[in-house]
Amino acid sequence: MAFFEFKNVRIAGISAGVPKFVASNLHPLEDDGISSEYTPEAFVETTGVLERRLSDKLTTSDLCYEAAEKLIADLGWDKSEIEVLVFVSQTADYILPATACILQDRLGLSKECYAEDVALGCSGWVYGLSNVASLLTSGSVKKALLLCGDAKKRAKGPRDPLFGHAGTATAIEYVEGAEGFRFHFGTDGSGYDAIITPDGGSRNQVSVDSFKLEDIEGKQMHRMQTRMKGMDVFSFGISTAPKSVKRLAEKYGFDYLDYDYFVFHQANMKMNNMIAKKLKLAPEKVPSCMYHFGNTSSASIPITIVTQLKEKYDKPTKFICCGFGVGLSWGTVAFTSDDKMHVSDLVEVEEPKGESTWV
Amino acid sequence: MKSIEEFVVLFAEQFDDTDPSEITATTVFHDLDEWSSLIGLSLIAMVDEEFDVALKGDDVKNSVTVEDLYNRVISKL
Repeated sequence: MAFFEFKNVRIAGISAGVPKFVASNLHPLEDDGISSEYTPEAFVETTGVLERRLSDKLTTSDLCYEAAEKLIADLGWDKSEIEVLVFVSQTADYILPATACILQDRLGLSKECYAEDVALGCSGWVYGLSNVASLLTSGSVKKALLLCGDAKKRAKGPRDPLFGHAGTATAIEYVEGAEGFRFHFGTDGSGYDAIITPDGGSRNQVSVDSFKLEDIEGKQMHRMQTRMKGMDVFSFGISTAPKSVKRLAEKYGFDYLDYDYFVFHQANMKMNNMIAKKLKLAPEKVPSCMYHFGNTSSASIPITIVTQLKEKYDKPTKFICCGFGVGLSWGTVAFTSDDKMHVSDLVEVEEPKGESTWV
Repeated sequence: MKSIEEFVVLFAEQFDDTDPSEITATTVFHDLDEWSSLIGLSLIAMVDEEFDVALKGDDVKNSVTVEDLYNRVISKL
């Protein structure tokens, strides 16, 4: 039973960074891989994704970096006190080294820093939060950054209209007596190919054939792109997310209907509406940002809080957040934010000018 | 348990532009003009709600007629 509780930890603040460029699904460009199966209007109506932010230059770590700088400045944190950095992404800067190491230096954090990458997607913010909370709960380290998101892909190809680019930062700190977090997690690797980038890892090494376009459910895609069995993922999401919320509530003996906000991974509107309906949640308790940002993978929960819940609460507020998807992997967390949990303004990141100076 | 007739009605409700009279138990639904994987998502949601059955993508893809899909749902009850 993958239940965990970590006390003496709180979220100090959350921020999110996105590219400035907005791609509309109603007016797809040449690069947008809208399926020939349906019209742009039908796609927007069913998925609930009107537009999303994209960049061919900014990586996930660039977006996370800007989000982290904004959050650290807003909180007035002393960088030398940040001793844990966890980077959750499936679009790391390099195959190696870990992007968390690069970010430790770029952010100017102390070399006395625990830094690691976690290769998870839609469930990643909840997993990352549990990693950080478990490291902080004993109090030997006081401040941590959790950086989550997905953006620019490893190889160019027709763009998937469901997905947007975003990088987020969550600041977490040790506070004696803080209520902390309660988690439930699950994994079903039998669905490993439901969402998969087939080539470029060591199972299928990258080759010329990796870039040949194939017809995948009406879309032209190559094997360095992420493909999805949409109906399988949909079926998984609508059954797994409600069950995970219910199991967490049963385990810790609370009524989930007493919670103020339910922030779900932003998969698609139809899926999220079904999940809310199955849990009998009032629509105003279930914020959504996929209309403007699409599915942003592990960034989706924090970016929903940043864009939809800023200044929506001025008292302690009870959150349930649930991420589910690629893996297949899922996680749910319940926590009460105090009224000081800071939410930064959305950071719109400019593309870097000139030649890249990175290796 | 819902009958095949009730299932056909629920199936037809997932379409916007297709006249319900066009859909019967023997309709080869992948050939309908309006058919797409987005309708497939609606079907999976409907089956989850009405039958508490989790269909896989292959259940939808490998069913030829509406009745085939109904039989797959019933076999998972």
